[in-house]
Amino acid sequence: MYQYNEFDRQLVKERVDQFRDQTQRFLDGNLSEGEFLPLRLQNGLYIQRMAPLLRIAIPYGTLSATQLRTLADVSRKYDKGYGHISTRQNFQLNWPALEDVPDILAELAEVEMHAIQTSGSCIRSITADPFSGVATDEIEDARPYAEILRQWSTLHPEFAFLPRKFKIAVCGSENDRTAVHFHDIGVIMAKNEQGETGFEILVGGGLGRTPVIGTSIRKFLPKQHLLTYVEAILRIYNQLGRRDNKCKARIKILVRALGADTFAEMVEEEWQHLKDSPSTLTDNEISRVCAFFEEPDYNSKVNTSEPSQLTENKEFSRWYTNNTRSHKQPGYRSVVISLKGTGTPPGDVSDTQMELIADLAEKFSFSELRTSREQNLILPYVEKAQLFEIWQALGGSGMATANIGTINDITCCPGGDYCSLANAKSIPIAEEIQRIFEAPDTLDELGDIDLKVSGCMNACGHHHIGQIGILGVDKKGKEFYQVSLGGGVGDNAAVAKILGPSFSQAEVPGVIKQITDIYLDKKTPDEKFTDTLARIGVQPFKEKIYAKTH
Amino acid sequence: MPKLIKDGAIANDEWVLIESAEVEGALPSGNLIVPLALWAAQQEQLLARDEEVGVWLQSDESPDKIGDRLRELALVAINFPAFTDGRGFSYAQLLRSRLNFTGELRAIGDVGKDQMFFMQRCGFDSYLIADDKDTDQAIAALSSFTDTYQSAQDQPVPAFRRNA
Repeated sequence: MYQYNEFDRQLVKERVDQFRDQTQRFLDGNLSEGEFLPLRLQNGLYIQRMAPLLRIAIPYGTLSATQLRTLADVSRKYDKGYGHISTRQNFQLNWPALEDVPDILAELAEVEMHAIQTSGSCIRSITADPFSGVATDEIEDARPYAEILRQWSTLHPEFAFLPRKFKIAVCGSENDRTAVHFHDIGVIMAKNEQGETGFEILVGGGLGRTPVIGTSIRKFLPKQHLLTYVEAILRIYNQLGRRDNKCKARIKILVRALGADTFAEMVEEEWQHLKDSPSTLTDNEISRVCAFFEEPDYNSKVNTSEPSQLTENKEFSRWYTNNTRSHKQPGYRSVVISLKGTGTPPGDVSDTQMELIADLAEKFSFSELRTSREQNLILPYVEKAQLFEIWQALGGSGMATANIGTINDITCCPGGDYCSLANAKSIPIAEEIQRIFEAPDTLDELGDIDLKVSGCMNACGHHHIGQIGILGVDKKGKEFYQVSLGGGVGDNAAVAKILGPSFSQAEVPGVIKQITDIYLDKKTPDEKFTDTLARIGVQPFKEKIYAKTH
Repeated sequence: MPKLIKDGAIANDEWVLIESAEVEGALPSGNLIVPLALWAAQQEQLLARDEEVGVWLQSDESPDKIGDRLRELALVAINFPAFTDGRGFSYAQLLRSRLNFTGELRAIGDVGKDQMFFMQRCGFDSYLIADDKDTDQAIAALSSFTDTYQSAQDQPVPAFRRNA
């Protein structure tokens, strides 16, 4: 993974000093609430319902065992002993004290971490496929380009005060695992006719109040032009994006107002001025950054056969099927550590769990870890022969629930329990749903179903792109939930369709159960939920659910 | 009185800012910073005066609108109605790199020390700050960071080319 040099270290340290000064001025009353707000947001600090929330960047979801240990330490020392993996692969502390935040950031800086631009109206932390470098369907490793974009966007002087937040994802694989179509800029690694790798560029995607699928404005951009082209997009957005209405300030609204073709022409024109400027990437720089992401020192004498325990241990076999993934290196698998055990908020991880995971990463996965958009942790490089030991270790700490990819692998924002923006709670809804389906045989029968819950229109739980999406809404001071079906990413990128009038909290679990019953009734043998849904549409679900409950 | 920081030091403001294009009677004497609309309406007269002329841009007025005689201006000011309105950062970059403006580029409006480092990078060289703000702190903030990654007006060569 990327290692800081003296330059990176100095910049992050100076950022900590700058934020320490800003926090002190605020505490002394020399900086108003209004002045401090955008500054603290750009350092990942929200003031939430109960306490501040600090969002720590995990750039493109890659972190080391040492970094995870520090997160465990910080969670114990400054918080309540746990943290939360966000849907943009970052790490959130729910209860730090404002006056401690500069010290937390200083401790993080020691292990090459920061909270720069994890919030606020700026270019946010860059996301990428958590299986980068190990996936069997990879076109090229996305991480070097995500790192190049991270460096370029960090403290970019022109784009620190954009109309609204700006999210970039880099997808390097055939099957998209980044929701690249739902980002302000989606960068997709692509090959041209000569077989060279470059990028397809999408703009104007996003979730939130107005979900939009991004539009491709350039089919193939040679690698060296990545930064100048992205800069051209940002420069146009910074000047023309709406600033009069927060709900209409994202680039998706600008692209729609101008028309994607016109927007693309404007970018092209701006780019002609920037193209071939010193920001053009050099081969030297690309290889320098790529060198940080070279393959680890794989065991050449690895045992490539399947783990012997698979035949005799049904639980292990189920976990192997659901929670491990194929690997480009023979004899290896990647392991998804489930942070979705019933009864703990999805994506939450305790200090002791983090330490156990760090131990496992050091022992079995070249000290490296990934975080996923689905709010789980991943050990990217594990020998098959060691899977049984890992499974046992995780099981002892409640992290071997064999539910990855199933309906119980729920993506869920912190919701009304923590977040001051939320209209409704999301964590209790997730738990009630998990209780219905937690029997392993039930999960086996249902197969892969992607269910996502957001507590408000801001859509941090990505409900728009869940095959089943649940959105908390406020109706006359009461919490209600809108259910939608058919969202997806990649080749199946779609915004889920709302089923109909919303449900009370008590009704939601029953409705989800009905949806799965209808699926089991209508499916052809071996047909996945998403395929049944695509075949029969939303109507049969609508009819049955509303016939019964209304 | 707002305080002026120019080229990294406290300076005397030798300019008179004309806030509105609706001027009653004759223009005052002295070096004038006029709104874009006044510049558009009275370019000839303004340039014919003995004293210097500058133009200030509102945050929704692109520097392209100044027109061909930009190079005859000694100063361009960009207004930040709120520091969170970041359009002026792009305008500054365009003025310096695209329109080759070499005169004084001044930030006016809601200008604070926490933005000045970025402003300087985008090509500003003077800052009019509110009179209750500490000028020493503001000047110190211009060097908040020793070095930065990306290309801008203060350092056109990105770090990756310099450190290669």
